[in-house]
Amino acid sequence: MIALEKRPQPSQMWSLASPLVAVALTMLAGAGLFAALGQDPLEALVKIFWEPLFGEFAFYYRPQLLIKGAPLVLIAIGLSLGFRAGIWNIGAEGQYIIGALSGAAVALALYPSEARWLVFPLMVIAGALGGCAWAMIPGLLKVKFKTNEILVSLMLVYVAEQLLASMALGAMRNPEGQGFPGSRNMAQMEAATSWINQSAGMHWGVVAAFISVIFAYVLLAKHVLGFQIKLAGQAPRAAAFSGTNPARLILFCLGTSGALAGMAGMFEISGPSGIVSIDFNVGYGFTAIIVAFLGRLHPIGILLAAGLMALTYIGGDVAQSSLGLPGAAIQVFQGMLLFFLLAVDVLTNYRVRFGQRSAA
Amino acid sequence: MDFGSINPILLLASLMVAATPILLAAIGELVVERAGVLNLGVEGMMIVGSVLGFVAAIGTGNAWVGFGVAAVAGAGLALMFGILTQYLLTNQVASGLALTLFGLGLAALLGQGYLGTKAPSFPDLHIPVLGDIPVIGPIVFQHDPMVYIGLAIVAGVWWFLNKTRGGLVLRAVGENHEAAHALGYHVIRTRLLAIMFGGACAGLGGAYLSIVRVPTYAEGLTAGAGWIALAIVVFASWKPGRLLIGAYLFGGVTVLQLNLQAAGVAIPVEYLSMSPYIATILVLVIMSAGSAPGSLGKTFHASR
Repeated sequence: MIALEKRPQPSQMWSLASPLVAVALTMLAGAGLFAALGQDPLEALVKIFWEPLFGEFAFYYRPQLLIKGAPLVLIAIGLSLGFRAGIWNIGAEGQYIIGALSGAAVALALYPSEARWLVFPLMVIAGALGGCAWAMIPGLLKVKFKTNEILVSLMLVYVAEQLLASMALGAMRNPEGQGFPGSRNMAQMEAATSWINQSAGMHWGVVAAFISVIFAYVLLAKHVLGFQIKLAGQAPRAAAFSGTNPARLILFCLGTSGALAGMAGMFEISGPSGIVSIDFNVGYGFTAIIVAFLGRLHPIGILLAAGLMALTYIGGDVAQSSLGLPGAAIQVFQGMLLFFLLAVDVLTNYRVRFGQRSAA
Repeated sequence: MDFGSINPILLLASLMVAATPILLAAIGELVVERAGVLNLGVEGMMIVGSVLGFVAAIGTGNAWVGFGVAAVAGAGLALMFGILTQYLLTNQVASGLALTLFGLGLAALLGQGYLGTKAPSFPDLHIPVLGDIPVIGPIVFQHDPMVYIGLAIVAGVWWFLNKTRGGLVLRAVGENHEAAHALGYHVIRTRLLAIMFGGACAGLGGAYLSIVRVPTYAEGLTAGAGWIALAIVVFASWKPGRLLIGAYLFGGVTVLQLNLQAAGVAIPVEYLSMSPYIATILVLVIMSAGSAPGSLGKTFHASR
């Protein structure tokens, strides 16, 4: 008889080891998946995890790591604050879109201004405010009406996607684009681009991502708000007695994660993506959920996890072009990773006991 | 703009069809939640059901086989969720999300060769006498069999929850799992069965979308239907009867919105397409006062 026994305290060792075990298990299961798709599993894994970093074209792929990783870090850092406090913002994808649209609105409204000192900071502020406002909808509804924030934030993703389509085909369409469904290219505007060095993959989103990691680390380790966030998640009753204001906590967590997701969208649309188009969003908001868990909801962990997830995106592209692996295979891969992580995590909180069931 | 082209009888008739996938997924989730488990993987199970059901229906040329396969696939995915949350004691919110993300990927992968393929036909029933009643006949009695199966499942769940011993046990497990355990009920077994029933219903709902409602395969064709189903369970205050009202309300908004698009109303298509989601949010705001099952979303671990 195998039984689980609750540990008095979560195991520190397993808390760190379980992401690694989960990654290993996902690789094994992934190899099985690729074999089922008629590929040489070893070759596929090498293509996905080795070639982008050390292969022939690594000089092209390594900068991509920054480009794909930055929005994941920004969004996941925000989500992790809420997840720690038991506040589930699942609609980061929508906040990402609205942030991008807000930033783009500023850039396109001020076009062809060349005052970068004015345009770009305004775009950053607009992106953050846009994402924040979108996340405040579930926040305020939860505080005022006790509405479930999971469902509301998720519904707003679909609303945001429709808004994006409407903007790309209507208000923000490039007037000189010969009917092409998309806006002017902001990455090519001197005043609006978020690129710092395009060939190195450096843009302001990468900078913001690193700043957000430091900000979150200090918040959680040193600030009373960080303490309240952790307390609210681990012992809600104790948090209430210690004077935590749950409404303020909800609004802070949702607002911050919305602002960060909005900024991620804004940096993306003025750099790597460049234009407002229907297929602008590629699911960073959802992948970031996996990143947040894989990183143990810890800022440094999230940084590492985002690197790994970015690698699967890039590796997926490589495998798609060189092996003809379907792009969706990577999505399955990412989903499996979260499954395995959650499963292995049982060892963090419980000890496995073998032996006879004792008589009751 | 031409409102004359909107036929109220056809509108009401298609309302029942539009509501069916959501109704199926929602009634399954209702049972799961009454057993005290929150499974946020409905969207994932639905979309996998829609793909596998579609593939099976194409392969055999028989839509019924498609529905059967979809139900089994949904129950299988739900079992994964059940093992994670009931035996490995994982967080239900996170596990449900994982199921949805995994399901979306799996569906995209499996459905690749079928984009744009048409489903085999699934003819409407023509119920004699009842179907010939003017007005009411075409609205209520001339649909495909799954519409009625959906209604039968809702009625069956109502009967099971309120009139049988098994239903009482399930509700006890959902309201207070510690007490139910102390009384000697099998909390985990009850929950696993409920979770699998929920998965099978979600799979059926997904297959209904791909085989009947859309009848061609497209990527991401559930478009949040699973999440709307979750919202409707809240709207229904976990009661099967109200669930029916919620699903038809939602079906009504969807159908009206599509008809307005077709009639060429001056509102852009994108804003009309938003309306079901906004309606869902409004419904959640209005109906957030209902009382959820006592143990909903809590992990059960029998300590000795």
